[in-house]
Amino acid sequence: MSTTTSTTLRTIDPSVRQVPSFGGFNRTMLGIELKRVLRNRRTVIFTLIFPAGLFFAFGGTKGWDDSVGYGNVAAYIMVSMALYGAALTAASAGAMVAIERALGWSRQLRLTPLRPIAYILTKAIVALVMGALAVTVVNAAGLFQGKAEMPVGRWVACAALCVVCTLVFAALGVFVGYLVPGENAMQVLGPGLALMSFLGNVFIPIEDHSSLIWHIAQWTPMFGVAEIARSPLTGELPWYAVVNAVGWLTIFVLGAAWRMSKDTARV
Amino acid sequence: MTQTQLSRTVAPTGVPAVSLSGVTKSFGAVEAVRGIDLQLQPGEIVAFLGPNGAGKTTTIDMVLGLSQPTTGKVSVLGLEPRQAIARGLVSAVMQTGGLIKDLTVRETVQYTASLFADTRPVAEVLENAGITGIADRKVAKCSGGEQQRLRFAMALLSDPALLLLDEPTTGMDVEGRRTFWSAIRRDAAQGRTVLFATHYLEEADQFADRIVLISQGRIVADGTGSEIRALTAGRTVRATLADPDTERLAAIGGVEAVEVRGETVLVHAKDSDAVAHYLLTETDAHDLEITSKGLEDAFLSLTHLDEGEQ
Repeated sequence: MSTTTSTTLRTIDPSVRQVPSFGGFNRTMLGIELKRVLRNRRTVIFTLIFPAGLFFAFGGTKGWDDSVGYGNVAAYIMVSMALYGAALTAASAGAMVAIERALGWSRQLRLTPLRPIAYILTKAIVALVMGALAVTVVNAAGLFQGKAEMPVGRWVACAALCVVCTLVFAALGVFVGYLVPGENAMQVLGPGLALMSFLGNVFIPIEDHSSLIWHIAQWTPMFGVAEIARSPLTGELPWYAVVNAVGWLTIFVLGAAWRMSKDTARV
Repeated sequence: MTQTQLSRTVAPTGVPAVSLSGVTKSFGAVEAVRGIDLQLQPGEIVAFLGPNGAGKTTTIDMVLGLSQPTTGKVSVLGLEPRQAIARGLVSAVMQTGGLIKDLTVRETVQYTASLFADTRPVAEVLENAGITGIADRKVAKCSGGEQQRLRFAMALLSDPALLLLDEPTTGMDVEGRRTFWSAIRRDAAQGRTVLFATHYLEEADQFADRIVLISQGRIVADGTGSEIRALTAGRTVRATLADPDTERLAAIGGVEAVEVRGETVLVHAKDSDAVAHYLLTETDAHDLEITSKGLEDAFLSLTHLDEGEQ
């Protein structure tokens, strides 16, 4: 006669317990993380709708049909806006890491088998997927508008480079997330990235290369990645743009790592 | 048949659930833990009691593998703490935080479940925690009590052998506290070890099999509630007396402390009769009262004693 259920018979035997594979990385977690970002109305508006809107506002300005490298000005603006949208998305994904840390969620995760590297990998995939989505939306807007022109191969290369370049801003997001705790991080990152985009030759192409603004622009964080992302279109990649991008990536990664190590909270 | 079940609840190998030997932890010049030796047996419910800054949290962090001891060794079920965590053998429930507000209750449990190699079914865990009805609600919209039940659901997902609780019943009413502890007792009877930090002395006395009293990074007492009370078995004699001879009072056998508060003198002593006799026959003392110490006093006197040694 067994009136007791199997659960009451259970004993805890450590030797039969297993460690999850891939450090706990799995599709359920990735799916929930993606769903979470897509459900956030503010993220969707600022990262997906806003850059496309900006493209429609800037992309049709006078002189859109002037030639730039292998394409035209409309294509140049489209790539710039795609980069801007992807950067915003990645930065907000980065800031989320810091917010979760402040909420004690990172500590909660450390009480599970999830390895930190699997967590970072998941967040990076979310940032890249969202970045790719932002790039896709702006490029779709470009196709829909029909003014942008460049060879298909170069078009795809520009889009791919935009996505890769967003990692610079994911690191910036983590850094700022630590400097400005809580939900306010995005309120700093939003206008901050807009300013960087103006200075970095992203919103309005700076024609006069001898002007003061051009000299300042070369040193700002958006400048380098923007030159890299547009290089398939323009057909040129100045060495100082590469130095700029690598330099800022280093600064942001070191800054994020520095704040993380300074963080004495129980995590 | 019941007999077999009971005998199986003891871990087959006799490995302690938690073992700390010679553990110290320093943060720069600050010694948070100054040498702790402690073994918890499977199925024990142990209260970790101590004032703030005693080293409770630091010790728990080392058991959870969140930090490494400066010297000494920590093992959980014979494994390194991180290995025990990776196998889902250890869970902890914190008092606050540890939840993402924009996830639903069900998503939070699914997310956590996905991180372990084996877990109990999500639906069953939600049901047992009594949160099936709010499974689709966002965590931000849950009350404090509901969030606490969610934290428990997450902690029990992996069927841990060791459960660490930080001030587990804060904010619960009497009824909630009783229900909570009867559930914990049921779990412990099946071999789950429970270590809880608390500052409710009464709760420790009432619900723990064993109380470990920690002060200034050391264990100052370890035993059942009544054993700890007995350690400082003594009474307080209180009387109204102007200008008491404190040296004479302190010299009486068994006197632990003499306090003067204006016209009132308080004497803590093992032999209260001798103190009362002296006060009533050799001084002008009047309004004499004798009270016995509760666990609260035991706690204060044990942690205070330790300060005196410094």
